[in-house]
Amino acid sequence: MKKEYETITEISGPLVFAEIDEPVGYDEIVEIDTGDGDVRRGQVLESTSDYVAIQVFEGTTGIDRNSSVRFLGETMKMKLTEDLLGRVLSGSGDPIDGGPEIEPDERRDIVGKAINPYSREYPEEFIQTGVSGIDGMNTLVRGQKLPIFSASGLPHNDLALQIARQASVPEEEEGDDDEGSEFAVIFGAMGITQEEANEFMDDFERTGALERSVVFMNLADDPAVERTLTPRLALTTAEYLAFDKGYHVLVILTDMTNYCEALREIGAAREEVPGRRGYPGYMYTDLAQLYERAGRIEGREGSVTQIPILTMPGDDDTHPIPDLTGYITEGQIYIDRDLNSQGIEPPINVLPSLSRLMDDGIGEGLTRADHADVKDQIFAAYAEGEDLRDLVNIVGREALSDLDNKYLDFADRFETEFVDQGIDTDRSIDETLELGWDLLSMLPKDALNRIDEDLIEEHYREDETQEVTAD
Amino acid sequence: MSQATESDVREDGVIDSVSGPVVTATGLDARMNDVVYVGSEGLMGEVIEIEGDITTIQVYEETSDVSPGEPVEGTGSPLSVDLGPGMLDAIYDGVQRPLDVLEEKMGSPYLDRGVDAPGIDLEKTWEFEPEVEAGDEVSSGDIVGTVPETPSIDHKVMVPPDSEGGEVVAAESGNFTVEEPVVELDTGEEIKMRQEWPVRQQRPSEEKQTPTTPLISGQRVLDGLFPIAKGGTAAIPGPFGSGKTVTQHQLAKWADADIVVYVGCGERGNEMTEVIEDFPELEDPTTGNALMDRTCLIANTSNMPVAARESCVYTGITIAEYFRDMGYDVALMADSTSRWAEAMREISSRLEEMPGEEGYPAYLAARLSEFYERAGYFQNINGSEGSVSVIGAVSPPGGDFSEPVTQNTLRIVKTFWALDADLAERRHFPSINWNESYSLYRDQLDPWFVENVRDDWPEKRQWGIDTLDEEAELQEIVQLVGKDALPEDQQLTLEVARYLREAWLQQNAFHPTDTYCEPEKTYRVLDAIKTYNDEAFDALDAGVPVEELTDLETVPRLNRIGVQEEYNEYIDELEADIESEIQELY
Repeated sequence: MKKEYETITEISGPLVFAEIDEPVGYDEIVEIDTGDGDVRRGQVLESTSDYVAIQVFEGTTGIDRNSSVRFLGETMKMKLTEDLLGRVLSGSGDPIDGGPEIEPDERRDIVGKAINPYSREYPEEFIQTGVSGIDGMNTLVRGQKLPIFSASGLPHNDLALQIARQASVPEEEEGDDDEGSEFAVIFGAMGITQEEANEFMDDFERTGALERSVVFMNLADDPAVERTLTPRLALTTAEYLAFDKGYHVLVILTDMTNYCEALREIGAAREEVPGRRGYPGYMYTDLAQLYERAGRIEGREGSVTQIPILTMPGDDDTHPIPDLTGYITEGQIYIDRDLNSQGIEPPINVLPSLSRLMDDGIGEGLTRADHADVKDQIFAAYAEGEDLRDLVNIVGREALSDLDNKYLDFADRFETEFVDQGIDTDRSIDETLELGWDLLSMLPKDALNRIDEDLIEEHYREDETQEVTAD
Repeated sequence: MSQATESDVREDGVIDSVSGPVVTATGLDARMNDVVYVGSEGLMGEVIEIEGDITTIQVYEETSDVSPGEPVEGTGSPLSVDLGPGMLDAIYDGVQRPLDVLEEKMGSPYLDRGVDAPGIDLEKTWEFEPEVEAGDEVSSGDIVGTVPETPSIDHKVMVPPDSEGGEVVAAESGNFTVEEPVVELDTGEEIKMRQEWPVRQQRPSEEKQTPTTPLISGQRVLDGLFPIAKGGTAAIPGPFGSGKTVTQHQLAKWADADIVVYVGCGERGNEMTEVIEDFPELEDPTTGNALMDRTCLIANTSNMPVAARESCVYTGITIAEYFRDMGYDVALMADSTSRWAEAMREISSRLEEMPGEEGYPAYLAARLSEFYERAGYFQNINGSEGSVSVIGAVSPPGGDFSEPVTQNTLRIVKTFWALDADLAERRHFPSINWNESYSLYRDQLDPWFVENVRDDWPEKRQWGIDTLDEEAELQEIVQLVGKDALPEDQQLTLEVARYLREAWLQQNAFHPTDTYCEPEKTYRVLDAIKTYNDEAFDALDAGVPVEELTDLETVPRLNRIGVQEEYNEYIDELEADIESEIQELY
């Protein structure tokens, strides 16, 4: 039974307060009829015995005290079917591609339940993104959540697209032994501009990726409050495809900063005690409820891998949004402004980047036996080179030792050869690691203290050193 | 979580309002901190505020779809844990519900609501061997018998601390469930293997003593420079990505405690899974048994309800205290206490309390110190000695140590392991900053190291510290003028300090051998570097140019000591080689 009231007492920002005489469930979905045929949806944020606070997804413009409020007696659900693949939906889950209505096989609550840590399976299957800065240095694995920390004016979208386009698991290339575990992309856009949206859509269409994608679009001019729904709809769809239908799902969420702004807006409208920089105190919990929906479940075929993108206000990674994100996700990929202005594509700064699940996803049988050592050595050598750059500015190259000069050359070549690969190059892990050895061989053997001696014997390029010293 | 057994059922109430994890009820007759069951699904909650007829409850489960008017049922008892055999090798959520049992009960990999399960298996029988016989006098806390709980640990059955004790009438060996009486007293009291204890209340002890034994962690930088005592407290603050969790895991794996309680408070789900999958396969370095045999895991991941996150550290420390009462050395790792503080903040803000610093409740400092004060080296009420060491990770926003959780923690703990993002970035692990960290236990633990490792341990360590300090000063000059502008002896110091950093302080947690380093090896690595130092400075004094002394063939082998299993032979040979190589130069 639908209870209907015309008892709105207060409208404030995205919130509507209404008096009620029968109890209403927390989180329940509400329809508000403005009287001229326009129906808005909202959700109960606070429920007491005599009034409720409702957050309206589509904005409160046009709602007045005579509008009627209907409580649907259930929480927000997502209509789920495998046919969602290839569809474009609005930020609140309605088709906007002109296609038919969704015929759901199942409707599921969008507030996902927490996965029992005991039922999870530890992610350790390497995903080859074809990007050396990620594969070689900060490897992504299935079931991981690895955000891209970027900022305004940087090509994070290109990188996300490149990953979506190229991502594959090496075993799939060789044989078709794990049939039924196909790859799908879920794209959740929150508050991005029409132009950015077009960029994504064009690329999806050009590469044929749309067929295996579900797109949720909340654009910059769509209501902000709707943004709190979009990622939940996207992740509910992802979980369904992954754990019920066996897909390996890559979820790209952009831009998490806009999502958090929407949280703040609601918090402010409810006159909550604000936390850091005005963001609500429960933002950590809220973000965790999104990010933690990545993973693998024991006994289930598929996986949910998340790549959330966020733009750091003022390039500041201590801002609450990147900060809280970093504490929840399993690492982060930094997009760097300096590298970008040097024309390096993709401008990944590997030093602050990190993949926490890397160590178990690489090595013999997964990538290559020398992967971990090579990565450690490159990190150490590149960090050394970076340090020396400051010094060179003061004393000049001549004042430095031979070895220091080699480190400097290493850092330069690392950026221009290893990281800079162009957005259309797809490098296999072998190519990436071989390139790593090419660069490391610029350094004398005994400087490679992070690499096992046997591996040095096997891979070290003897001629490279001579070449460089001959300069 | 403990089942309320003999609860005096009080009057029930009805829900008045719902806002996230905070629910208010009217007409409920409950005491502060009582456990209540909320709504028609019976979600577990705890009373956190009483104002007139309105009772405020924090709910440990998701409250979607709960509406005003639904009933609230009081249990009349505070949040308690079940204590008894069966806690080791277990994995709990924040209110001691076993996650494996929940999975089975719910039949789903997702955590459902309103499902409860006892903290220890009530059906399982255990082999009880009494240590008292009829006629013996026992008083509260006394051990009446043992149960071989796991191959590593004998579980001691004790008279509950709130019992008076009396004369034993009957005590028999045999197989019993945890609810069957194993010892009867003349007072009519029956002692069972299972007891309950409210989590927010410290278990009683005779007295707290000064700890004098180190908790050996097998990590060179910790044992060598910043040791923690058994019964001590330590904080590991660091920005994300600096290796807090790996350090905590290393401690949980290798610390020489009898029992490890690992509290994942707001941790990542995948990380908890790693612990669940890894630990059963690992061997306890002291006993050779499975590591899980001495471990109790509490996993309340970041997406699990926030109120349960607030309570999980109390659940953990209560379990730790219970094992301490048996005379064991217990190490508790809490990762991360910042998440716990944030849970307090979140609930406090829902209660519309006046916020203190950065939105945290004004009682933050009090709660933190209450928690850390439950650590210590104790003489128990049954006369045995046991300890609880607490190691808390702190996740300061933006890596800024001046924030309230870090600052309030530092006021209490005596060991500070500062993780450094800069070191982590260059993959110097464990990325513990040797200039910022400290341990106030150093002096009281030195006698142990002198007696059990080497008698010049304190002097050697001091040499290491001095060299690293000197390096830090020299580095500032190097940043300005370059290394080659320094005098020769300072260049050599820099080289020696580099080996201290790379061969001694760095340790590879993922290498099968290097992951654990016994104190003897920690000493020998340091000593080998000092050998190089002494020989090289002698040579320098004799006129050998510094370039030759920093470009030796044998010395880089120092960096490989960590991965050597037979390190004694390796180091003997290496020291001899270094000596002869240097002496050939003059």
